[in-house]
Amino acid sequence: MNSDHRLRLKTLLMVLLIVVCANTGDLMLKRGMLQIGEVQMSRAGLWRAFLLTIHNGTIWLGIAFLIGFTVCYMTTVSWADYSYVMPVGAFGYALQTMLAVVILHETVNLQRWFGVVLIVGGVLLVGQTHPSTTNSKPVPS
Amino acid sequence: MKIVALLIFFICCNTGGEITLTYAMKQVGEPERLRPMAVLRFLWKAVRNGWFWVALPLCAASFYSLLVLLSWAPLSVVIPASAGTYVVGTFGAKYILRERVSPKRWMGVVMVCIGVALVLITG
Repeated sequence: MNSDHRLRLKTLLMVLLIVVCANTGDLMLKRGMLQIGEVQMSRAGLWRAFLLTIHNGTIWLGIAFLIGFTVCYMTTVSWADYSYVMPVGAFGYALQTMLAVVILHETVNLQRWFGVVLIVGGVLLVGQTHPSTTNSKPVPS
Repeated sequence: MKIVALLIFFICCNTGGEITLTYAMKQVGEPERLRPMAVLRFLWKAVRNGWFWVALPLCAASFYSLLVLLSWAPLSVVIPASAGTYVVGTFGAKYILRERVSPKRWMGVVMVCIGVALVLITG
């Protein structure tokens, strides 16, 4: 495998990790907040929500995934173009819709499907370009 | 008027934060290997980079301004504007990070931008 092919594969794998971590993290936070219930906007209510949040395992799992997302994102942009990672990462929106249809059996309207087709088409186009068009040189530590 | 001002503030913070973070990571350079210790060393170098600490408050400001925007304006206004950050971000990548953005990449970015707006509005 030549270096160009390896770079492309490495970048796409990292973007996939970014998408998985971000979406799973959001899902876990949403599930955790549903377990906690509606937050009351008073001092006592906010304090109660804070205590419930730090004792909720699902919230911590969500935070762990979001930390994973941040680390993967920072690592990927250290070699890949921002203008490559940013649009390719939007594949998560298309993935969410497909998962909603396949797993949750949700009905998706035509306008949303059109959006998914545009995202997939756009990601495929950006994916064909070279992931890195600048040379990053490490700063000596 | 205040919605437009906050929208501009959000787009500037969002794009500015991500571009600054990318600039910091480019200065740090990629980890030698994708192994836990190498990634930890890379992260340690990243947090000692000044630009990282410029990016952090910008990203936080973008997150909170989006929350405020969502409470002020309808989703149909906020979402296309937030999807617009893809286009603004690509301009930033071209002129600030000096990335070479080919016509094919531009076309992909515009398609993603419209697609994200459609998915989020109907979602």
